[in-house]
Amino acid sequence: MSFIEYGDTIKDGDTAIVFLGHESMFPVKVQHGTVTQTKYGVIRHSMDLIGKKYGSKVTCSKGGWVFILHPTPELWTMNLPHRTQILYSTDISIITMMLELKPGSIVCESGTGSGSLSHALIRTVAPTGHLYTVEFHQQRAEKAREEFREHGVEHLVTVTNQDVCKNGFGVSNIADAVFLDIPSPWEAIGHAKAALKAEGGRICSFSPCIEQVQRTCLAMEEYGFTEINTLEILLRVYNECESAYLLRFRYESCKVMRLPAWLITESVFPWSRVQLHRGLLAALGSTASYSVLASANHFGYTEVK
Amino acid sequence: MRSRAAEGARRSASGAGSGREEEEEEEEAVMAAGHGPRICEGECAVLKRGDVFKAVAVLRRRKIIFEKQWFYLDNAIGHVYGTTFEVTSGGNLQPRREVEETTTETKEAGTDNRNIVDDGKSQKLTHDDIKALKDKGIKGQEIVQQLIKNSTTFRDKTEFAQDKYIKKKKKKYDAVITIVKPSTRILSTMYYAREPGKINHLRYDTLAQMLTLGNIRAGNKMIVMETCAGLVVGAVMERMGGYGSIIQMYPGGGPVRAATSCFGFPKHFFSNLHEFPLSKVDSLLSGMFSTEMLPSEFEDNALVEEESNGLADEKQTSVQETEEESITATAMEVNQTEEQEKMDINAEDIEFKDNKEKDNKENVREKQRKQWERRKKLIEAAALLTEKNADGLIVASKFHPTPLLLSLLEFVAPSRPFVVYCQYKEPLLECYTKLRERGGVINLKLSETWLRNYQVLPDRSHPKLTMSGGGGYLLSGITVVLDKGKSDSSNLEALKMEEPSSKRCKCMCSAGLAQLWLLSA
Repeated sequence: MSFIEYGDTIKDGDTAIVFLGHESMFPVKVQHGTVTQTKYGVIRHSMDLIGKKYGSKVTCSKGGWVFILHPTPELWTMNLPHRTQILYSTDISIITMMLELKPGSIVCESGTGSGSLSHALIRTVAPTGHLYTVEFHQQRAEKAREEFREHGVEHLVTVTNQDVCKNGFGVSNIADAVFLDIPSPWEAIGHAKAALKAEGGRICSFSPCIEQVQRTCLAMEEYGFTEINTLEILLRVYNECESAYLLRFRYESCKVMRLPAWLITESVFPWSRVQLHRGLLAALGSTASYSVLASANHFGYTEVK
Repeated sequence: MRSRAAEGARRSASGAGSGREEEEEEEEAVMAAGHGPRICEGECAVLKRGDVFKAVAVLRRRKIIFEKQWFYLDNAIGHVYGTTFEVTSGGNLQPRREVEETTTETKEAGTDNRNIVDDGKSQKLTHDDIKALKDKGIKGQEIVQQLIKNSTTFRDKTEFAQDKYIKKKKKKYDAVITIVKPSTRILSTMYYAREPGKINHLRYDTLAQMLTLGNIRAGNKMIVMETCAGLVVGAVMERMGGYGSIIQMYPGGGPVRAATSCFGFPKHFFSNLHEFPLSKVDSLLSGMFSTEMLPSEFEDNALVEEESNGLADEKQTSVQETEEESITATAMEVNQTEEQEKMDINAEDIEFKDNKEKDNKENVREKQRKQWERRKKLIEAAALLTEKNADGLIVASKFHPTPLLLSLLEFVAPSRPFVVYCQYKEPLLECYTKLRERGGVINLKLSETWLRNYQVLPDRSHPKLTMSGGGGYLLSGITVVLDKGKSDSSNLEALKMEEPSSKRCKCMCSAGLAQLWLLSA
């Protein structure tokens, strides 16, 4: 297993994802002799995990079952221990495409935070690219290095513990893309320019507040970036599927048990669950009649000319 | 950049041929390691003006129509991608110098528009006057200045309104074109703006979600089924960087890869791109696959099917050939892919006639060799599929996704992500239900992304355009080991009950491709 390559069977030392049910999963470090507690019972690593195929169903001691999944950056994003606010896959997708990342790209990132975006970037630039990530918090930088090592990707990433606004990324003239997710990105634009290759580099800065975006766009213009665009992407998840599926089973069960269909009292409308994340869109309140995972993120992306 | 642009202008005047080597030497001296890629003849480049993109093949002495302008690309060859050009009166491209913004000494401006009457008479220059200026060869910058001078209401506008006016006039008269290197970002934006019907209205942010949710990366073995002119295959190829392999499933006679050729991938990327007909999937799954049915029947079908657009191994050369036979000069801008498809069908017709005329042994042997090649490739692709260990599945087509998914998921290993795109939500709802019945998938999620872009200017920041609903929907999930016994969904009460056995049989049979339904007319 590694985050940049699929493996077929679970091995000692792997990071695996235990899937319990809808939106319920957690990561686990597979180790000989250890056990993991779940609400369905105990999972014994040596007997139940090691040697099994990824994607297998594992029965726990109390009788319920779980699935063991191969880790991917997307699953990691949903399950990693938060040390800071993280970026979710919706934003990560559009960032990856807008920065034109692909195998072989050199990317600079700050701040590393909890490593959510970092794992996704490493996955995209592997096996010939590299990620230079800067984090000014010493413990977080150290934890990030440890995680990259555990996940088998340390050869693709360099974590530097410094302040990007003062000392830059530690490299110059080689990056294809730079990504900033810091409180004052306008202070790092100059350093970003220095890290980027002479022509054709792309930059993206991610900020929750429009004032930050405004200042960053001005700084980008001053430093000669062109084609500055600001985008916001929102994810909307439909939960009607679940209801539609349950409804059908209730209907079918009514038929089988010869009960009148009007006994189905559940109507098909989704749960109202609004998660405001990086909250600019406070106006989209709980009056929404659909599930909205509002990823309110502004970012400008530009080209160096 | 200014000095290089000036150099470029001087060089291009003396001829693009000899200038290129000198230019390159200088470029190498000036630029740091990793200088940008250059515009080469025969490649596909994308012309950009503002937010409008157009993909064209870079060929000498070929007239290009773009944004109401006609020009030749000859002078652009050799320049770095990203260079901005302006069109000279001769229809030639010249690299544009950076011009200083002429700042007016006293910016006279009003406070609001209460006294500005829009009677259409505030511009003193007539249409003919402007035309005369343009014919004289005066640059766009100058024309804009003239327009400002001859506008009676300009000085009454607010500063913001003046800025907006200047921007608008510049957009119209200051015609600059940038030539950019194709990439997923550019091509998907271009297709969505110009030919959304060709890609089933797959918006670029939805495509971005697919690439990430599907964990597309180097080294994977991907199965892709798409009817988006090859855009999705191209995007997947870009993210895989030539590593790993892709098996493209296609309906009809052959895969359509018009967009894939625009990306400009190196040749070795295509050695790992396989294709397999959907019509053979059932036989492959049941173990009765054979290549017996292939020979002439397959080839004839390929010529007749309106969907097929050349075969994989002829793709590169056919693009070159078809570009040679250009369409006559029509006033309307014709999309390059439309041209390609029309031309490809014509080329195939010509090919067909040729084959009939030159009916000698050489040709027959050639035909047989090609058939043998195709059969060999088909067997290779079938072998890859029957291993049933694909690392992911991407579906983005105009057909109903349910039967496609139910059969293609058989080829995917457990614990791998899959993503299905559909222009409409309802088929995906049905798909969801069928998948739950089948089992072997978890974490099913039906989603849609909304995109909003912003104008960010000091004191003038506001959203511009919200794109929602028109970008399509995604159903994503993860495969798990298929439990042939009971349903392996969550441990909910309602789902523990046994389904009537007849329903289960019906479910399995519906995986047949006899139920491919076309959604769009």
